[in-house]
This record gives sequence, structure tokens and C-alpha cells, in this order.
Amino acid sequence: MLGLIGRLAANGVVGLNERNCEYIMRYNPRRLYPLVDDKLATKRLAMGAGLPVPELYGVISSHREVRDLPKIVASHRDFVVKPAQGSGGDGILVVSARVKDRNVYRLVDGSVLAEDDMEHHLSNIISGQYSLGGHRDVALVEYCVKFDATFAEHSFRGVPDIRVIVFRGYPVMAMVRLPTRRSHGKANLHQGAVGAGLDLATGMTTFGVTGNTRVMEHPDTSAAIAGLQIPKWEFLLDFAARCYELTGLGYLGVDIVLDRDKGPMLLELNARPGLNIQIANRCGLRPRLELVEAEPAGAPVEARVAFAMHTLATAAPALN
Amino acid sequence: MQGRIWVIALVLFLIGGGLFVYKWRGLGYPLLPAEETRIWTVEATFQFDAGERPMPVKATLHIPGLTPGFAVLDENFVSRGFGFTTRLVAGGRQVQWAIRRATGPQTLYYRAVVYKDPAAAENDTTPPFPTPPMLGEPLDTALQELVAQVREQSADPASFTVELLKRLADSAGDQNVSLLLAGQTDPTTRARTAITVLAAAQIPARLMRGVNLVDRERQARILPWLEVHDGDRWLYFDPATGAQGLPENFLTWWRGDDPLYTMDGGGKTEIRFSVQRNEADPVLVAERRAQTVQSRVADFSLFSLPIQTQAVYAVLLMIPLGALVVVLLRNVVGITTFGTFMPVLVALAFRETQVLAGVILFSLVVALGLLFRFFMENMRLLLVPRLASVLIIVVLLMALISIVAHQLGLDMGLSIGLFPMVILTMTIERMSIVWEERGPMEAIQQGAGSLIVAAICFTVMEVEVLKHLFFVFPELLLWVLAICLLLGRYSGYRLLELVRFKSLASPSR
Repeated sequence: MLGLIGRLAANGVVGLNERNCEYIMRYNPRRLYPLVDDKLATKRLAMGAGLPVPELYGVISSHREVRDLPKIVASHRDFVVKPAQGSGGDGILVVSARVKDRNVYRLVDGSVLAEDDMEHHLSNIISGQYSLGGHRDVALVEYCVKFDATFAEHSFRGVPDIRVIVFRGYPVMAMVRLPTRRSHGKANLHQGAVGAGLDLATGMTTFGVTGNTRVMEHPDTSAAIAGLQIPKWEFLLDFAARCYELTGLGYLGVDIVLDRDKGPMLLELNARPGLNIQIANRCGLRPRLELVEAEPAGAPVEARVAFAMHTLATAAPALN
Repeated sequence: MQGRIWVIALVLFLIGGGLFVYKWRGLGYPLLPAEETRIWTVEATFQFDAGERPMPVKATLHIPGLTPGFAVLDENFVSRGFGFTTRLVAGGRQVQWAIRRATGPQTLYYRAVVYKDPAAAENDTTPPFPTPPMLGEPLDTALQELVAQVREQSADPASFTVELLKRLADSAGDQNVSLLLAGQTDPTTRARTAITVLAAAQIPARLMRGVNLVDRERQARILPWLEVHDGDRWLYFDPATGAQGLPENFLTWWRGDDPLYTMDGGGKTEIRFSVQRNEADPVLVAERRAQTVQSRVADFSLFSLPIQTQAVYAVLLMIPLGALVVVLLRNVVGITTFGTFMPVLVALAFRETQVLAGVILFSLVVALGLLFRFFMENMRLLLVPRLASVLIIVVLLMALISIVAHQLGLDMGLSIGLFPMVILTMTIERMSIVWEERGPMEAIQQGAGSLIVAAICFTVMEVEVLKHLFFVFPELLLWVLAICLLLGRYSGYRLLELVRFKSLASPSR
């Protein structure tokens, strides 16, 4: 076992305790958490800075307003309902179609939700069922991202998103999360989505992981995970790196979606991003984090992205 | 920050450890729960007749003062109508009873409760050299000859005394000895004679009287013992046999040649000693000792609280230990549980049910509660009314299980009433959410994880030695705090992460 610990440490694998102790507590001041824990606040922040986000159709913040949903989505065929303070993708409903006049909702995984089911779900969100600590919450109703053709073969119903870990403004590691049948179209690794590591230099997928196990193919579409090119890679890294200035959080998970029509959009930010990204990239985070820690503060976005693509990408190649 | 935490932890560790060692070594608080301290109750019953006509009476009685090897836990004087004072006298301590007018038979009691205390050593001063006795001829010559003979066959005060007592015991063969003893052979006379001879040899010695502490004795005898100072410390000799040392349980009563009691104004005096051995809670003994040495420790002891409150704290003091176990299992092992300290509360409930029955009952209530919870999902209730409904169902289920178990003759079912029902309700709610959002596997995994952690917490919190230690030495909580502070900065891998990241453990390049 000591040998195992030694090899993990030598490979620079960061554990939860180390992430919390050495990075989150040191680089993420607690007062900044509300900016990312509340998706509504994040959205407003991003819009203020000119970063594209999925359009907000409406906010339902009291039980009385639950009945307003049909009015809010009247002019939209599909939309997403999510708790503003949810974590881990819990409580998100992706509505792909609506039966006019009867207010019956068809979800992206094929199931059907009656009007009162939807109202119950909304009131659960407002009561705080999905928020950390059970606080009262609000439900966001927003634009449903149309996924880019890039992922046509690599996604089951849902929309893939790109997770970039941004440390002190430098993108240090990235992966793309591909929804599966098991994840009910959601892009969360805990819920069964596939994570595919991304080469920081090129934006090309490398390996896949589901849960904690490595996979070569998408479990539903059987498409090979490796060798998929993410379009406009440098632009995406630039986008992610800007989120550092946006929030001030030193250790940040940036989730970006690629929309067919509107291009990259900021989905959400995470102050405690998970560590499975290391398994997806077959690479420990620590060597890259240490390289970034050695860099002086205040570098412009372009320099940080260049550093990521040229220095970090080659600093710690993937393990066998 | 890292350094500061180590310093704080070290300080907490030292404060806790220092108090602990002081109470343990200094005040004798027991380390183990099973230890019992032997105590002896020695009672002196002093009876006399004050006569027909009322008259003033004054009586003195020697009572234990310096008692090597023993310490007095408690003493009391029962003397109806008499005023009494205690004072230090040459031979030790004395109590004086006095009354203006007394008639008829009177009884005075002195009772002392003593326990063995190795720390209660002789702290007497070094005596001056005795003046040589002037006995007059022919005793002086006999004395000088005896001293010369004994000195010839001895090397130091100890061997001198042993040789002398041997000769005093065998008086028939030695003219000098029989002359000095003057026909008396009882141990007290031998001891007195020995003191005279020792004085002639410039060795300080004195007579000491005490009681042998046995298990039970209604008529304990006062035994004489010989104390000899070798220039360094006092040595003890049995005047009857010449053996050196004190008997195992010899309680010194008084020293010197003074009589045990004096009586002024009464007659037909009679004094009886009785000894009774008991077992006492060593903690009480330690508390008492702390009070006698004027330590503030006893004032801040949990034993000063009412018994019911003590029982509460006996449980409360174990909760930090359960919390420490949770910290270890979550941050070092990596087990996820429902609610941070929920396992500790469930572990407290296990105290009534024991682990196996507790796990079965807990699983039963949660499983049935989940069934209702899923049924209720269809009713689309708001969160708080739904939680309240689950709580009501949980209470009903607990009552039902108790009744059914009782009908079946399983008494363990009755103790389910002590389960924390709010915790059960929250567990059911959170489990149902995890079930829906992450799947049954994850829900059952987390539920089982919580139960395992609870069972481990219970096992640790039920260790008798730990329960005893934390109650008697609450300062040990500072150690738990220090460990928690250090674990708060533990940045190593969690045990289960080794499994999780196993695929990244290929040999480094």
C-alpha cells in the first residue's frame, strides 16, 4: 500500500484532502463562493463581462410563481429547468418538447412529465431540496443548448460540456463530458457520463473514463473516445482563463458548452471541481499546478493560454 | 499556518497530558475502571463511667497522625454532649473530649477511614542523639556489657538492633539481659528495654504503637513496634521477633511512651479497637486526596455534579471521540455518510440496542420509511409537510416495531424508541433523493457506509477503559481536539482514493 501511495504521489495525483487543504482553502476566499454557488449570480456576472451564457428565460422564486412556467416558456419549444444552487447536476430537467395547450412536457431522455409533476419539481427546487444545506432556492428556466455536430457520435441525447480546471488564471487540465443513457442525458461523471481527457495543446480527446474506470468507446454509441477534435480550442482556453478575472477564485472549474448556433457559452463555474479529470487525462494535476504556482501573478490572458498550450501540455505527459 | 497548528496542537497535548499525569500520579485517580481501592475503617470505642454525681470529665486519646504507608480518607468523632479538640502532641495527634457535667456510663467514638498510600512516607525530622541512661548499679554494668557484646557482633544500627532484640528474646541464657528485663518478657517491655540499650549505644529509638489492619476484627490489639533511626531514616523492628520492617498493613497509632489515653473525672475506663475492611471507589479516594492537598482539581471534577448529571456527561464526553472516528473515517479512509455526524447519533442509539439489533432495526425503519417516501412522491407534497409526514410515519413505525417485537417476546425491539427519529427522517429524505438522482446503488452504498461508520463509532465509544478515562480525565478531550486540528490539515490521500486512482499508479517515468 505504501508503494501505491508512493507511486500516486510520484505521478502527482492530487487527492481530495490535498485539493481542499492546499488549493481550495488557499486560493478560494470563502466570500467569493456565492458568485459560483448561485448559478443566477454567475450568469449575471458573466453577462456583465460580456461572456456568452445560455439565455435566461425566467426565474421562479416563490411557490406562487410556479404556475407562471407556461407563460415563461410560451415562445420556446425546448428549455432547461435547474436549481440555482444545485450541486452535482441534481435537480436539472431538460425539456425537449412541449405539447401545446396541454402543458405536458417531453424530457430529453424520452420520458413525459405532466403539468403537476413539473410544478411539484419546481416547488421542490424552491423549498431547497437540491441546494446545499437545504436553503430556499430559486429555479432557473433557460435556453436549451443545441449541441454541436462535433459530438453527434459521442453523446446520448444530452449536451456534452467541456470542463477546464483554471488555476490562478491558467488553464491546467481539461476534459469533455459526454452524456450517456445511464446519466439520463446529463453531463455529470457522478451520474454515469463519460469523461474524455483533452490534450491541452491541441484540444484533441485522449482517453475516456466513466465513474472511476477507463473506457475506450462511448457505451451507447460505440464511437471511439480518442481522436475527437474540439473546435476553436485556443478560443475556448481563452474563454475559460477569463473566468479567473470574472470571479477572483484561484482554483476553479469552468464548464463550457458548445452551441450549434451560438458558439461557446459559459454553463457554470465550480469552486470545488472534482478530481476524476485526472483519471480522464491519465495524468496527475500537481506537476502542472506547481508550474503555475511558480509563475508571477498578473500575466495577461493570452500569455496564460500560451503557457498552458506550450508549457503545461508537455510538462507532464499522460501515464501508460 | 501549518507551523502554528502544530504549536497549538502541541500546547493542547501538553496541557491535557500534564493535567492527566498530575491527576493520575499525583492524586492517584485510577487509570482503569475495574480498580478498587481497599479502605479500612478503624474505630476506637472509649467507654467509662462518670459516676453517680454530675462532675466535669476530661479525656484525651491518641489518634493517628504520622502514618507511614497509609493516608486518612476521613475521620469523625462521635461524642454526644462533649466538646472536642484535636491537637498535635509529641507522640502524634491527640483528641481531647471535655464536658462540664456528666453522669453514668459514657461512650466516645473515634472513627478513621484509611487507605494505602505509598506516597505517605515518613517525613519526620532526624532526632537528636539520646542522652545515655543513668540506671544505677548493677544495671549500668549489665547495660555496658550488653552494648559491648552486641556492638561486637553488629555493623550498623540496623544489625545492632536485630542482634539486641535476638538477645532480649532469649533472656534465659544471659544474665545481663534477664537483669535488664527484670522478669518481664512481653514485647512492650522488650521494646522499652531495647530503647534504653540503644540509647546507651547512642542510637536514637522510640516506641511506636499501632493496629494491624485485617479484613475484620472486633477486638483489634494495639501492637508495640520499635523505631530506630540509623542517622538517615527510621527503621522498623518487631520487638517480639527482631524482624526488620513493618507488617504489610500496619497502621501507626501513636509514638512514644505516653499512655494511649488519659482520663480525668471518670472511672472504669475501657477502650476497644475494631477494624473493618471495605472496597471503595478509587475515584472518591482520589477526590478526597485532592481536597486534602488543597488541589483545585477536585473542585472542577465531574464527580462534584449530581449523579443524574454525571450520567449525562458520561455519555456526552464520548461524543467527541465518536466525532474523531467520523473524521478519521471520512477524511482518512474516505467513507461517505448521510449527514456529517449522523453516525455518531445513531451510535448513541446503539447503546440501548447493541450493534446487530441496532443495524437491523435501523435498516428496517429506513427501508419501510423509504417505501412510504416513494409512495408520497406521487402525492407531490411540499418539502416541509412531506418531511413532517415522513417523521410521523417513522414514529408510527417505531411504535409498531416495538409492539410486534414485544408480542414476539423480543425485548430488544423495545429499545428502538431511543432511535433519533429526526435523524432517521432526514436519512430517509436524503437517501430517497440520492436514490432518484444517482441511482439505488449509490443510495444503498451511502446508507451502508453510514451504518458501518455508526457501528465503528459505537464500538469505540463503548470501550470501558475509554469511557472511564474520559470521565475521570476530561482533559483528555484536549488530546482529541489536538488530533482533530492536525487532521484538519491532513492533505494526504484518503484510503479509498487509492482504489479510485489505482489506474494512475503506473510506475513513474
